[in-house]
Amino acid sequence: MDTVFQGEIHLRRYLSEQGQPEQRLPAWTDSPERLVRYYRNMVLARQLDYKIIALQRTGQIGTYASLLGSEAIDTVVGDLMADDDVLVPYYRNHALQILRGLPIDDVLGYWGGDERGSASVALGQDFPNAVPIATQSLHAAGVAAAFKVRGEKRVAVTLCGDGATSKGDFLEALNVAGAWQLPVVFIVNNNQWAISVPRSIQCGARTLAQKALGAGIRGEQVDGNDVIALHEAVSDALKHARDGKGATLIEAVSHRLSDHTTADDATRYRASEELKAAWEREPVKRLQTFLHQHGWWDERQEQAWIEEVGQMIQTSVDAYLAKPQQPVEHLIDYLYAELPSALEEQRERLIRNAQPGGNRHE
Amino acid sequence: MSNAITMVEAVNLALHSEMRRDESVVVLGEDIGVNGGVFRATVGLRDEFGMKRVMDTPLAETMIAGLSVGMATQGLKPVAEIQFMGFIFPTMEHLIGHAARMRHRTRGRLSCPLVVRVPYGGGIHAPEHHSESTEALFAHIPGLRVVIPSSPARAYGLLLAAMRNPDPVLFMEPKRIYRLNAQPVEDNGEALPLDSCYTLREGSDITLVSWGAMIKETLEAADQLEQQGVSCEVIDVVTLNPIDHNTILASVDKTGRCVIIHEAPKSGAVGAEIAATIAEKGLLSLQAPVARVTGYDTVMPYYRMEHHYMPGTADILEAITTTLEFS
Repeated sequence: MDTVFQGEIHLRRYLSEQGQPEQRLPAWTDSPERLVRYYRNMVLARQLDYKIIALQRTGQIGTYASLLGSEAIDTVVGDLMADDDVLVPYYRNHALQILRGLPIDDVLGYWGGDERGSASVALGQDFPNAVPIATQSLHAAGVAAAFKVRGEKRVAVTLCGDGATSKGDFLEALNVAGAWQLPVVFIVNNNQWAISVPRSIQCGARTLAQKALGAGIRGEQVDGNDVIALHEAVSDALKHARDGKGATLIEAVSHRLSDHTTADDATRYRASEELKAAWEREPVKRLQTFLHQHGWWDERQEQAWIEEVGQMIQTSVDAYLAKPQQPVEHLIDYLYAELPSALEEQRERLIRNAQPGGNRHE
Repeated sequence: MSNAITMVEAVNLALHSEMRRDESVVVLGEDIGVNGGVFRATVGLRDEFGMKRVMDTPLAETMIAGLSVGMATQGLKPVAEIQFMGFIFPTMEHLIGHAARMRHRTRGRLSCPLVVRVPYGGGIHAPEHHSESTEALFAHIPGLRVVIPSSPARAYGLLLAAMRNPDPVLFMEPKRIYRLNAQPVEDNGEALPLDSCYTLREGSDITLVSWGAMIKETLEAADQLEQQGVSCEVIDVVTLNPIDHNTILASVDKTGRCVIIHEAPKSGAVGAEIAATIAEKGLLSLQAPVARVTGYDTVMPYYRMEHHYMPGTADILEAITTTLEFS
């Protein structure tokens, strides 16, 4: 029998779990600027995460999906995307959205039950968070198809979790991206857990990246806790797409260091030893070790930066808490470009009920 | 004078017309390019507008809808074809969960001006899963317009309106009348209004409310009764969401009697919404209970027995007679 197809999936990693180079590093790492920027942004993301969880625990924000463990992925992708590329995120990408320009108080607004959190003009054409799993993969393919129709050198970038790769939407998106050679980058944050379901029973394939092979697009695995490897993989994928050569699937192997959301309790299904081991591999510490060894970051800078981001975050929290409620008619007014006359009566009732003395006044 | 054309030709004419006028309109779906669509609704588009704007997609309905959402937020006007109503269910997550709420959840930052065209309904002896009328599943969704034409001229003008609408529209084409009753349609580029009922015939004794292919039997019933001296007002609902209840209520206020006719199963259907609204706001003008002539609450039969399912002119005449005789 002839072999008609053979595929391979490679893992990219530069820094060991202890932050030591495992191979010759790319030239850009010879200077500290980008690496320090990556580090600072990861610290910001983590400090913000701690703050939002504290807000949730004190009843000042709604159910929240923590980003702990995905700091490197969001940071690198946010840094490398061009301004006029389009981000099609899932619900765990707020660190990335901040790098795309979303004010932190809008992040808080979104998780605090305010639709205006997805309205910021700073987001440009970026999509709002996708909560239904994997639907965003297809939207990104559609955005990329629009770029291709218009002959624009822009790229759509979309992220999802490991659970999403089991869905038809994800596979249909890879398939059409291959069939039409679309300028799209699919990034799977394989954080090992889809709420309580572990990667081991999510899919029988050795890697999630190999799903790319069935769609005829590039696919690779990358250590999602290694900013250098992520930088190389994402840069290559963006260039490939921008050059008109089509899509890439990147499986970034990370570990969810949090519960699924604040409404979840991972101790019910995840062994504490596993979590402990994962904290040994986590991305922030890994880069910190590397920077320390090069003398590019020290404890004094660490404390100064934590203080600075703490103030920045607090300013945003203050703005979030002080923001007046939306006018109640906004619950209807944005449904259509123009309000159909059939809705006028319900709109009037909505406003009347919200007034002091009304049936649904707070 | 324009040549007489069928409804499916009118759909084709509207697509050609709007694609010439607006470069952002793209067409996508299964077999819609080289083949021109299984009903030939997209014939000729590929030759005139090329592969970039007329896209034969992989065979995946979820993908067609999801891709359309992405394209629409980018300012393209995707007009997607779902081959048959029985295959539309995979698109629902994208139409309901995303397209219908994109403007709302981004407070106007992004919008989703897409059109999904789908042939629907029974009566053409099609295989299983090809003959359903599930408009109510979509008409229930805030933010999603559901539009159904009932003649070639209205198909042309309403499809133009759907393509120019800044929000998502499900455009359902009653395939039983795709090739019946050709009429002259001038390619004048003029869109018809959405969100509005069309009064096809004015009358004073009873109001007949219907849409899609059932307009044919409804008009036949009205014709027969006219010869007996009964004056029927016939309203084509056209936009099933949002519904122009005012036109229906004004008519019922005048006639005092109403029969609602649709092919879809009876329970939870759009006819029930119309009847409920008449009960809420027009009760005192009623001289008889509102009657409904509908399909049965069962699975659409295979073609051999579908005639037992389909409401016919005799059913409509019976309901009208009962309603007129009520006292």
